Amino acid sequence: MSKVVSELKYSAEHEWVAVDGSGPAGIGISAVAADALGDIVYVDLPEVGSTVTAGETCGEVESTKSVSDLYAPVTGEVIEINDGVVSDPALINSDPYGAGWLFKVAVAEEGPLMSAEEYAAANGGEL
Amino acid sequence: MTENYTALYDQHKKAGASFTDFGGWQMPLKYSSELAEHHAVRNAAGLFDLSHMGEVWVTGPDAAAFLDYALAGKLSAVAVGKAKYSLICDADGGIIDDLITYRRPAAQDGTDVFLVVPNAGNAAVVAKELLERSANFDVTVKDASAKTSLIAVQGPNSEEILLKLVPAEQHALVRELKYYAAVEVDINGQDLLLARTGYTGEDGFEIYVPNEDAAGLWEALLEVGAGHGLIPAGLAARDSLRLEAGMPLYGNELSRHVNAYTAGLGPVVSLAKESDFVGKEALADIKAAGVGSTIGQKLVGLKGTGRRAARAHYPVLKDGSLVGEVTSGQPSPTLGYPVAMAYVDVEFAEAGTVLDIDLRGKPERFEVVNLPFYKRQK
Repeated sequence: MSKVVSELKYSAEHEWVAVDGSGPAGIGISAVAADALGDIVYVDLPEVGSTVTAGETCGEVESTKSVSDLYAPVTGEVIEINDGVVSDPALINSDPYGAGWLFKVAVAEEGPLMSAEEYAAANGGEL
Repeated sequence: MTENYTALYDQHKKAGASFTDFGGWQMPLKYSSELAEHHAVRNAAGLFDLSHMGEVWVTGPDAAAFLDYALAGKLSAVAVGKAKYSLICDADGGIIDDLITYRRPAAQDGTDVFLVVPNAGNAAVVAKELLERSANFDVTVKDASAKTSLIAVQGPNSEEILLKLVPAEQHALVRELKYYAAVEVDINGQDLLLARTGYTGEDGFEIYVPNEDAAGLWEALLEVGAGHGLIPAGLAARDSLRLEAGMPLYGNELSRHVNAYTAGLGPVVSLAKESDFVGKEALADIKAAGVGSTIGQKLVGLKGTGRRAARAHYPVLKDGSLVGEVTSGQPSPTLGYPVAMAYVDVEFAEAGTVLDIDLRGKPERFEVVNLPFYKRQK
């Protein structure tokens, strides 16, 4: 079963958010989503300096078999993107909560987010 | 629709496969990584469960003449031991299925024996069509699909892996087996029909085995193949491999709504054979009208210039106008760029033509290229 990390919050669209209260929030996609997509070969991220809006699409993730929109789980300015994952999208499969992070946002407002327990229960993940 | 399970379902489950519905069957989509499975077939070997495919035996004194009538190709010209790719068409020339037909040695009483292999989702329809078309012929049509499993070993190491399960005195039979030919060989202690065919663009074999013996053969192949890079491969890898090899998939490139000439399968149709066949009149008219060459649409290969891939049903554009539709597409694991097949208006079907594909609102450049995208080094 796909792993769900307990310290993170999750959106219904399978993005995870690392909110530490002070600094920008790290954002990625959950192992549940990465496993369902299959081998990811291309990722299109929002630009640094752009503003993303919670619940709206802000990029896309493409695997050999399918393509999925990326939804912003929070509203705010994108302050950093993970260049490593742009050049090697397979990191999203191998380490979705670590080296496979996607971008960081200075959070103005959170969208509706679930706890790890709620997300795992709804999506069959393993805490 | 009721779900069917192959005799190898428990093997797939044990190996950690994720499953998908395909033609009414629960089939392994992938075991771990579809990319790793794809590369294993290109560089070493992959093991596929194809038990969802159909097996229809056609026997009797009129078997050859009957198949000449029922199918678009000239099956009577196929030599014993050889196989032929063909189409079964409806009266309008639409494609009911694409299939491989094997001519087996004649029975002891001298009557001809053929094995027709349709696609999973079409097996019942093809068996029914063949039965209906056989009314005026002295033949027996027997659908053995439910009892027969099919296991494929594909990739450059296939031959050496298979030889490990074949007694030494029969090694030459396997080594000398030609592409699109089949022979009865002792595999893992059992006489089985072995064909040198496949759907991956690599050298490889397909083995027909009774359901009750399928699991034993699967396990044996995995065991002897382990030292040669053999891993089980799912439908995801099968699809990316066949796309790179430029092979059509029924339901994507082929359907009742397209004909052989549009699909680039004109050479499969034998208008020259003496006998009548179902769809002949329509296909002769379609060809005479120039469909697929001077009018209508044609199936082409498209090579992406960016990183984003086209997917089935995406619109193909020329200067903003709709000129076609993608039938299959994805990033090519072997070549490293997006590839697609599409039906496009014939005036834009020439290799080198630059077209746009609408990728979810953003057009991306693709170039028409000759198929296949990938051809193995011999």
